Amino acid sequence: MSGIILPGADGMLFQRDRDWHPKADTPGYKSTTFRAPKHSLLALGPTKSEMTGPTFGHEKLGPLDNDLIRNFSQDGTDAIGQRMIVYGQVLDENARPVPHTLVEYWQANAGGRYRHKKEGYLAALDPNFGGFGRSITDENGFYHFRTVKPGAYPWPNTGNDWRPAHIHFSVFGHAFAQRLITQMYFEGDPMIWQCPIVATINDKAAIDQLTAKLDRLNTTPMDALAYRFDIVLRGRRSTMFENKLEGN
Amino acid sequence: MLHPVPTLKETPSQTAGPYVHIGMTPNFCDITGVIAEDLGKTMIHGEVAGERIDIVIRMFDGAGTPVFDGVVEIWQADASGNFVGPTAPNSNAVPTFTGWGRQPANEQGEVRFETVKPGRVVGPDGKLQAPHVSLWIVARGINIGLQTRLYFDDEAEANGGDFVLNKIMDKRRRETLIAKRDGSTYRLDIHLQGEKETVFFDI
Repeated sequence: MSGIILPGADGMLFQRDRDWHPKADTPGYKSTTFRAPKHSLLALGPTKSEMTGPTFGHEKLGPLDNDLIRNFSQDGTDAIGQRMIVYGQVLDENARPVPHTLVEYWQANAGGRYRHKKEGYLAALDPNFGGFGRSITDENGFYHFRTVKPGAYPWPNTGNDWRPAHIHFSVFGHAFAQRLITQMYFEGDPMIWQCPIVATINDKAAIDQLTAKLDRLNTTPMDALAYRFDIVLRGRRSTMFENKLEGN
Repeated sequence: MLHPVPTLKETPSQTAGPYVHIGMTPNFCDITGVIAEDLGKTMIHGEVAGERIDIVIRMFDGAGTPVFDGVVEIWQADASGNFVGPTAPNSNAVPTFTGWGRQPANEQGEVRFETVKPGRVVGPDGKLQAPHVSLWIVARGINIGLQTRLYFDDEAEANGGDFVLNKIMDKRRRETLIAKRDGSTYRLDIHLQGEKETVFFDI
């Protein structure tokens, strides 16, 4: 068990840099208008309630949970689209791997159509593509999954907005205060710089951090391209400082 | 060097979007056959100590419209004030009480958790915090998950001494975190914006 950051550990987290993250109220992305709190957030050092979090060691993942090409297939037929492997390492801000944590991902199919009852885009559903998968990181923090490249799709924002190709990610870490949802984009996509949701982030370096890089060395010849997407969660300070605060 | 300096920047947040259910509650949006049950749907597996309660949360935006596409996760201590301990990474043993739940909102912006009333947990000041449940809310139009807490209206004395509640300078706003008891159900309305705006935290 050495190397595992136990969820009971109480070390404080580094403060979130909320200028690096998107702000709540970003008028270019219209849905934020009525969903952004107007009061400032109450600064609250994490207590044990937020420094702990759920573990998913007990969740037995199915063998196809990280294979979007096959996990929804009705008859064993592969999903249609550009085959690819997405992989990466979950780290914390101290560059330490985050092992044994749950990573969930979801996406549209190759034509940009989501399998969701409220989605009415005219691009066709793929009967063999669901668009959902999950992994638990290994002892070095690595995850990987197999999928097809999602298509861009239009959405009602200003009249002619299109999302760049993207995959949504949900990551847990080992503290509830590390909980993160984000989106992964693809290197070189010109639509990244036209997207109001991407533009909720001010810093180009932060946007670059959301852009997966083509990894030619890890492509599977005659089968699938590989993209690398590392994810950084909030890092822990040493518990030493906490103890000093408490007079030890 | 007094403090370790972070060497990496945290991955920036993005909205969960309107189709968050595909990834977080796939069975809820009819992606069936991939996983048996949506993760976090059931918090109690078998016999657990403590009072069984339901928590019902309704979410509204700044125009008073239900947040019908939101997802709420909760994390809480068990009835004795302990958080579920670490599980061996390869163990298939499911804890009888997970402490963690996840529910998608319905058309009324409502989520329901079947859980137990949490015990008290020690706070940063060394005193016991009032019983509470930590909440994390994501949805279309929310760029970074909103963090808040739910407290219980039948714990007035504990609430009065709670480390976190007492950090809220405007006492009227403390009420935005306190759920009202109705039988074995506690109800809390969350307002993302406006007159009755809920207190959200930077944790």
